[in-house]
Formats: sequence, C-alpha cells, structure tokens
Amino acid sequence: MKKFVIRRLLLSIVILFFVSMIIYAIMRCMPTSFVEQKAMALSQKPGAKSYQEWLDQLNAAYGLDVGIVQGYLKWFVKLITQRDFGDSWYFNMPVLEKFSSVIWYSFALSLASFILEICIAIPLGVIAARKQYSGADYAITVFALIGISLPSFFFATVLKWIFAVKLNIFDLYGIVGRNYMNLSTGGKILDMAYHLVLPAITLTIVSVGSLMRYTRTNMLEVLNADYIRTARAKGLPESRVVNYHAFRNILIPIITLLGGTLPGLFGGAMITETLFQIPGIGYTSYQCIIQGDIPFVMFYMLFFAMLILLGNLIADILYAVVDPRVRVN
Amino acid sequence: MSEEKNVNNSEELALDDANRVQVLSPGMMVAKRFFRNKLAITGLVIIICMFLFAFLGGVVVPYSQSEVFYTSEEMKKDYAGATEISEYQVFANDGVELPKDISSKLIRALVKKEPTIETRDGSTFALNELNNDIFEIASADGSESLAYVCKLQAYAPEGGLVESGLTAAMVAARANDETSFDYNGESYTVEEHGSGTMVRNASGEDVAYVTSYSINAVENGVSITIDFREAVVKAITDNAESFDFNDEEYQVANTNGQYEITKYKNTSVINQFERPSSKHWVGTDANGMDLLARLMYGGRISLLIGFVVVAIELFLGIIVGGFAGYFGGWVDTLLMRLVDIIYCVPSMPLYLIIGSIMDFYKVGAGVRIFYLCILMGLIGWVGIARIIRGQILSLREQEFMTACEACGISIKRRVFKHLIPNVIPQLVVFASMDIGSVILAESTLSFLGLGVKYPAASWGNIINAVNDSYVMTNYLFVWIPAGILILLTVLAFNFIGDGLRDAFDPKMKR
Repeated sequence: MKKFVIRRLLLSIVILFFVSMIIYAIMRCMPTSFVEQKAMALSQKPGAKSYQEWLDQLNAAYGLDVGIVQGYLKWFVKLITQRDFGDSWYFNMPVLEKFSSVIWYSFALSLASFILEICIAIPLGVIAARKQYSGADYAITVFALIGISLPSFFFATVLKWIFAVKLNIFDLYGIVGRNYMNLSTGGKILDMAYHLVLPAITLTIVSVGSLMRYTRTNMLEVLNADYIRTARAKGLPESRVVNYHAFRNILIPIITLLGGTLPGLFGGAMITETLFQIPGIGYTSYQCIIQGDIPFVMFYMLFFAMLILLGNLIADILYAVVDPRVRVN
Repeated sequence: MSEEKNVNNSEELALDDANRVQVLSPGMMVAKRFFRNKLAITGLVIIICMFLFAFLGGVVVPYSQSEVFYTSEEMKKDYAGATEISEYQVFANDGVELPKDISSKLIRALVKKEPTIETRDGSTFALNELNNDIFEIASADGSESLAYVCKLQAYAPEGGLVESGLTAAMVAARANDETSFDYNGESYTVEEHGSGTMVRNASGEDVAYVTSYSINAVENGVSITIDFREAVVKAITDNAESFDFNDEEYQVANTNGQYEITKYKNTSVINQFERPSSKHWVGTDANGMDLLARLMYGGRISLLIGFVVVAIELFLGIIVGGFAGYFGGWVDTLLMRLVDIIYCVPSMPLYLIIGSIMDFYKVGAGVRIFYLCILMGLIGWVGIARIIRGQILSLREQEFMTACEACGISIKRRVFKHLIPNVIPQLVVFASMDIGSVILAESTLSFLGLGVKYPAASWGNIINAVNDSYVMTNYLFVWIPAGILILLTVLAFNFIGDGLRDAFDPKMKR
C-alpha cells in the first residue's frame, strides 16, 4: 500500500512537471500580453518614457526578456528553491497570498453544493433503483439528465431573472450586500451565505445528475445480488432489505466516488463564480486568464492538475480501504 | 392481435418450419431494445428535429445569419432654436460709419442712463430715447440721426439679415408708429404680424421680417424663411405647443426663454430587440439581426462542432488506446503517461487561454470554429483512449483472441477487426453523451465570448447578450430560446446515450 502511494506520488510529480511546461509554453504564446498593455498605458502618461522603453523595462521586470525555455527554467528554479510562485501581475500581490485570500469563498460554495448534492442525489437514486421503470424512476432519470444537460450559464441566468429581477429576493452579483460594512460579524457571515444561495443552487442542479445516476446504477446492481435475495427469502421487510443490507453495500462505490471529488472542492467553479462575481479562485483565475497574468494562471493550472491527481489517488486508496476484497496493486 | 397472427401462421406453416422462429441478429436485438425505450426515442426525435431546424431551416428561412434589419422610426429631431433678443442691436443709417466700440459704450450709457456716448477715439454722440424701447444715436449736437438701437432684428426673406440701412429706416418708422416709410427712393409698408412686423415693398412683396426673436436652424445649411419665422413668433406669442407650417407639424418647447422647435422626422435605425412578430418570429437581437435565422445557423455550428470534435476524439482515442491496450509494456506505459498528462490539464481554463490567444491574433470567425474543433478534439480524446485500453486489456486475454493469433492474422487486423468492434458498444454510448458535453463546452466558451465569435452565430454567443442586465430583464425572447435549444439538444444526446447503454447491456431486464 505504502509502495503504491509513493509510486503514484512520484508519478504525479512528473506529470505536474510536464503539465506546467505545456501551460507555460501556451501562456507565452499570447503576443499582446499583459505587459504590452501595461507598457502602453504607462507610456501614455504625461512625461513618460516611450512605449518601447517601458516595454523593455517591464519585460525585464517580469522575466519575459528571455526565451520560453529559459523563462520556464527560471520560473521552475524559483518554485523549487524558494517555493515561490511569484507575484500576480494583475492583482499586484504574491500569488499564494491572493490564493489564500480567495480560496475560502470557493470552498464554502463548493462545500454547500456538495452537501446539497449528497442530500438530493443519494435518496433519489435509491428510490429510482427500487422502483425501476416506474413513473418515479423516469421522472428522476429525466431530472438527472436535465441537470447534466443544463448549461450552467443559462441556468444561472434563469435563476437570476426569477429570483433577483422578478422576485427581488437576491442580488444579481457579488458576495456582499450594500450595507455589508455596517453589519456585525455574524451578520457579515450571514450576508455572504445569503449571496451564495443562488450560486450554490446552480452548482448543485448542474452537478447532481451524475451522482444520482451513479447511485441508481449501483443500487440496481446490488439489488440483483444474491445476498439481497437471501435477505428477502429470510422474510425481512423490504425497507430493511433496502435501507440496511443494500444501502450499506452501495456506500462502497459512493464513498469512493465522493472521496475522489473531495479535492475538487478547492478547485472552484469558474463559470458559476464568474457569472455571480463571487471572488473565489474560479473568478479570480478567469480574470487572470483574460488578462494574461502568467504567474497566477500557472499556479492555478498546476493547482487544478494537482487536485485531479489527488482525487484519483484518494479514490484508488479509498477503493482498497473501504472494500477489503480489493487489493491496490 | 398477436394471437390471431400466431393462429394464422400455424395454419400455414408446419410446426418445425424455420420461418416460425424469428431470428434476430445481436444488432437487431439492440435496435429493438433501443426503440422500446421511450426516453431514447424522445431523444432521437428531438435530434432529428434539431437537424431539420438547423440545416433545413437555415435553407428555408429567407434571412441570412448576418443580415441587419433596419426600421424607420418617427424621431423627434431638433429643427430650430429661438430666443428673445436680449441685447441691443445697433443699426447704422445708410452710409454712416460708427466707431467700432460703439456697442460696448452704448451698453454703458444705457445702463447709466446717460444721454451721451463717448467712444475711445474721443467722438461723442447723443442718445435719444424714442417710443417702443427704441433709441436713436445722433451726432453730438443732435442735428443728424446716425443709427437706431433696439432689441429687434430684421431678417431677409430667404434667411440672413437685411442690410443695416434698411433696418434702421424700418426701426425709425416703428419708433414713430408709422405704417409706411421711404428708403432709397422706394416706399415700404409695415404690417404687424404677431409680435413681429412684416415689411413689404411697393409691389407687395415681403422684403423683411422684424422680430424680437432670434431664430437659428440646428442643422447647417438650412435657411429659415421669414414665413417660418413669422409662424414661430406667432406660436411663441400665442404660447402654443405646436404649429403647422407648410403642412408639417412642429413642436415648440419653452425652457427658460429658450424655445426649441422640433419636428418628427422619419429616420432609418437598426431594428434592435424587436419583439417577436410575423416578420421576425423570434424577434431581432442587439445588432438588428433576425434571431430565428441566427438560432438556425447557430444550431448548425453547434451540432457541427459536436460531431467533428467527437470524430477527432474517436480517431485519436481508438488509435492510441488500441495500441496501448494491445501491445502493453513500454508502449502502454508511454502512451498512458501521455494520456495522464493531457487528462490533468484543466480543459475549460485551457480553452479560455487559447480563446484569448486567438482574440489577440484576431483570428477570423470562420477559422476560429475550425481551430476550436481541433483544440477540443486534441484535449478530449483521452477519455476514449482509456475506455478502449481498459476494454482491450480484458478482451485480449479471451479465447477468441488466442484463436486469432493461432490463425496468423496480422496485428493490425487483429486490433482493428476483432478487438475494436467488441469495444464499439461502450464507444457509441460514450460518444453520444460526449457530443452533448462538447456542445455544452462550446456554448459555454461562446457565452464567455471566447468561442464562436460574431458575426458567426452560435447558441452560446446568442445568450451572451445577457451580460447586459437590461437585455436580461427586458428581452427574454433574445436569450430564452437559445438556452432551451442547448438544453434540448444536450438532453437528447444524453437520452440517446442512456438508451443505447441500456440496449447494449445484455443483463438488462425488460
């Protein structure tokens, strides 16, 4: 087990190295990057140096005066030796500082929708499987597939239109209300939670479908198993068969799946956060991508890749831990 | 019904007749199970309708996706402005030259109510007050009248001012309340019109209109005739809100003594956000383009991108996954590490980065779609490669593969003729659901403005209009139909994929 985990971790580092290389090369392809725009803005100030002078100076300052390979090595060496991702150009502060200031918004949002998702998906999935091909099963299947098929931007817009424009219950954008500064500490937290309601609903609805389908499929499989037939033959009530014998067994695949998605809670929801202008990691990196802020985007992409690798690793480990019949290798 | 049929059959056929047994190939079994699935059929119908809507509809609809519609709108346009003349004007008599600073000195004299004006060059003039707020500038000894001062202006028939001498004569006549006067040997008559005075010459032609209002056209090159001036002045003195002139209606609005004369004029404007009508069934968008046509052409692009991307993914995924799974060993390790790397690159941020790179390079709308397909194909194939490899790893250990090997069939044939067809069920299911997710990703990108770009239409970039909150709140017909079309299309592909999975699954009970 230990050997397996160590091998996977080493492999992950190699993969991350290649991912960072690819992302850096792509980011450097932007011809009119952040620096050129900044140089343009600076050179237009009264009494400023010429555009070319500013450009050269800024390129040197941001480490863009070298080629892609040297630039990458410079970035990489700095990361290894000083554990420093550099400063975000767009936000003008250290990347890690910006990251730690925004990540908790994303985490709160993702956690809320994660919990909602579990509360909705698992019961509905079980019901659908118990009454396969009934009206309830069809309704739940259609609901799950609609959730999967809904474009999050469209659904978010519909929610905004209904709840923010027509009913005027929530705000259109933002994480805090107008009189946020006048609220007490508890009030501030409630205000933020209030502003996270619509984004959380959006995220939940668009992602609840897959867990629901997964629960249903696994429940169907378990209900066809021999031990369920035995349990029924023993004369156990159906509720006990389903809720006790079957449900415990579907927990194996579900915990594996959910464990694998845990790191994703830190990844942020780029589209939803951008639409509601929640200043989480997703919205922040969206702004950085648009602006061509190389250090922050490099960090975000690596962070995201790391989360994916970590999720897979956790799923594999959980698979072995939860089900003793499975051996990792 | 079926029993009846059975009876008929048994009458005609012997008990052991081969025709009594219905033989179904595995494919037909799958098809039968598929067509029994209500949701899958719904999905199939929706997809067929979408194709008809996008590809046939685009041909049938009389408009193109980038045709801009104009509408003529009655717009209130400023035509002229009128103000009461507040400063005294000096009209010198014919042949009289006054010093240049006479106006300023005159104002001083009027304010101080002095009877004489002294100019900078030392000459002095007498200032006599006459009737009707008119003053006369005379030589210092009062013997000779030099000019008249009043808050009036005299306009020539076709715009412009009347010569100073004639005006002075007219003013003199007005000061004396005379209805006729002589100037340069011609006689003129004066007639009151509203608060202005119309001056006619001996043959009855209008020569000038004297009024206390200064009226200027807003647009350059428009000359205001004295008849129009007369109408305006009349409207102002009557406090009328509108008046007719030459069969056209003009409006007069008074703001603190500034009169604005406006008139309705037909102007051609872009037909923005027109509500659904018989001409535009879904209305028009911000650029005045027909939304129905754009939805159809956008559907073409969305569906096309979905199919092309999945085709690229299948091509790459089958080749890489097939070789990795069949050969195993270092080939497998190498290819799967490549898959791992690509799998780890977050796809949406990467699309955004490449989208903004294309923005910077100003890639044309058509080429952009092409690049977008290739990019999404290059990122998306890893899922298929993993499925194929996993399946092949388990399939290649089975007896039929050993038999293939024993028969001496070439490796290429073994992989592509014997292994891949066994993976097709999973592939078909995956591909049909993948088309849906590709369409979703494309529309999200276009919605963010980094996918398909104007003037090319896509369902995503039609919804992009909601970034303007005003459009979101007031013009539902712009973004709701596109969103529903995306939802229906993706949903239909998912229904079909789901139905196919159930149909392919031999364990399925019905």
